[in-house]
Amino acid sequence: MTILDERAPVAHHPPEERKEPWGVYKWLTSTDHKVIGKSYLITSVLFFLMAGIMALLFRVQLTSPDNGFLSQSTYNELFTMHGSMMMYLFAGPFAFGGFANAIVPIQVGAPDMAFPRLNALSYWIYAAGGFIMLSGFITAGGAADFGWVAYAPLSNAVNSPGAGADLWIIALVLTGFSAIFTGVNIITTVFYLRAPGMTMFRIPIFTWNMVVTGILILIAFPVLTSALIMLFADRHLGTHIFEVSGGGVPVLWQHLFWFFGHPEVYILALPYFGIVTEILPVFSRKPVFGYKGLFFATLLIAGLSTGVWAHHMFTTGVVLLPFFSGMSFLIAVPTGIKYFAWIGTMWRGKLTFPTPMLFAVGFLVVFLAGGLSGVLLASPPIDFFTHDTYFVVAHFHQVLFGTAIFAGFGGLYYWFPKITGRMLRDKLGRVHFWLLFWGFWVQTIPQYIVGLQGMPRRVPTYPANLGWTLYNRISTAGAFMIGLSFAFFLVNLWVSWRKPVAAGDNPWVYGQALEWATSSPAPHHNFHSIPPIRSERPTWDMNFGEPPPGADIEGPTGVTVR
Amino acid sequence: MRIEGYVMLAVAVFFGVVLALYWFTSYEDAGGLMLLATAALGSLIGGYLYWWSRRMNPRPEDRPDAELVDGAGNVGSFPDTSIWPFVLGIGLAGVGLGWVFGAWLAVMGGAMALTAFVGVIVESRRGGVA
Repeated sequence: MTILDERAPVAHHPPEERKEPWGVYKWLTSTDHKVIGKSYLITSVLFFLMAGIMALLFRVQLTSPDNGFLSQSTYNELFTMHGSMMMYLFAGPFAFGGFANAIVPIQVGAPDMAFPRLNALSYWIYAAGGFIMLSGFITAGGAADFGWVAYAPLSNAVNSPGAGADLWIIALVLTGFSAIFTGVNIITTVFYLRAPGMTMFRIPIFTWNMVVTGILILIAFPVLTSALIMLFADRHLGTHIFEVSGGGVPVLWQHLFWFFGHPEVYILALPYFGIVTEILPVFSRKPVFGYKGLFFATLLIAGLSTGVWAHHMFTTGVVLLPFFSGMSFLIAVPTGIKYFAWIGTMWRGKLTFPTPMLFAVGFLVVFLAGGLSGVLLASPPIDFFTHDTYFVVAHFHQVLFGTAIFAGFGGLYYWFPKITGRMLRDKLGRVHFWLLFWGFWVQTIPQYIVGLQGMPRRVPTYPANLGWTLYNRISTAGAFMIGLSFAFFLVNLWVSWRKPVAAGDNPWVYGQALEWATSSPAPHHNFHSIPPIRSERPTWDMNFGEPPPGADIEGPTGVTVR
Repeated sequence: MRIEGYVMLAVAVFFGVVLALYWFTSYEDAGGLMLLATAALGSLIGGYLYWWSRRMNPRPEDRPDAELVDGAGNVGSFPDTSIWPFVLGIGLAGVGLGWVFGAWLAVMGGAMALTAFVGVIVESRRGGVA
């Protein structure tokens, strides 16, 4: 156990007497936030690739009408596991486990997370939960097959017998606790372990977004966990909480699930908003425009997102349409503030477009379109018309693709040098981006159209006479373009592994937040010395002095920034 | 410390308002209760942070003009390595699987989790590395 007795300017390390663990044992026993963050990133990307392959499989099934490539039950298992893995095992842990662990403590100038052993426990129960969920495939009845939302009564013991469903429930309880632990850890770290001078309004927006995400997790995940325990009790312990036969209320599951589920969507979005807010100023050579506005917008988005759960339940007929519709429309306002701030950040900046910036701008485009179709869906008449069609599928894939894929992999390109000390190749990154970007549109636009024509989601086949075939073929082609683009990403990783290019401390030159002031990768307990913190971008101040050379740059309203 | 408290109190106030709006327009129990619990969560943490922020001097990380040396001293203790989180994680997973495949797994997992729990506490007391 290391007692850090001196923080600055040079951390003091007593010589180690004991034998250091090494190899796999070192990995198993590590409580270092950087190691845990890396483990999270690798594990979640592995789950992402698996879930992506599942998506390609059922896209093949949908290429032709009355196709028999997959059986109906396999199809159900695959789309359920695709959704569950993408939502619970990739998009959340990728940002809130991976980037939060790897970056947040460094950004606030902390030596480690507040509870390092709890942090390690988070990772292990997340990984165990992931493998438990996957292990449903090797049980006799197959994996869970009731969709990632597990609606009652479809998820009860009669309609979904078999161990796969139970494994799914147990896995979600475990990963849910993992998220809660990480949330507690992040909030405590930011509240109590900041470096001197790092006031709450000097921490980067990325870290702010992680704090707000942590609060959302504390609000949402306990509800999911308790709902899952009730579902398990209904299945095996003879309760009738969601069963009409015993006086239960099936729609209660939807209330509980979506009270978790809608904030969850923002748990998957806010960290990625934060990543974009880190990338844009660095490659615009300007401070972030509208810091406080971004902060309040984040808080407001988080708050509103918890008050809109029943807009997923419009068609149940038992929810208050005006309230939930109005609240859903309101979310467009803080999101608009964010877009304003992002555009303002780029406005008249000295823009350069290496791979991370490309991905960040790709996020702006894709997420905007996805968000706008979300505003359509917030209107009950349109929602009644499009509910459970491919229109909704296209909408949420666009939103989540914008965040988890574009912003997420942008963040990976951006912080990969800091995390590993090596650069990813820019050219391969560009190929990855452009294939992904166009592949994404080719996949999604036909889904919007076919959804408006009435194609329901979650159907394994469709008849030939409805005119959906061509759209589905185009969509599948797009899906394979996306799959191909990730081959370039893997090649990029491989090249960087075999032929490393050293990154240096500050490879993007205009890095602003504190992580670019330390070495790549950061040393034990993160800093040998911390620069003085006098603004929200201490590394920039250290490298370019105060006032920064960008002082003559004007903001969108003509007001000189700084 | 004060801003941290305000953020959490803002959670309480916001959900208090949403609760009032929602309850008096819908009278729906499940959502009302969850909103109430959310407001309570915000007021608990926010109340604690705000209460303390009134009774202590600003910490170095709360002062915009603080020098790095102001934060010198004991930052905290950080365990370097520990096998117990791994054992505890596997143990808890075993307990979970016990609900699906039978109590024998829960017994094994529970034993691992208990051992790890004791291990963590002993490790902290000793102040060394297990």
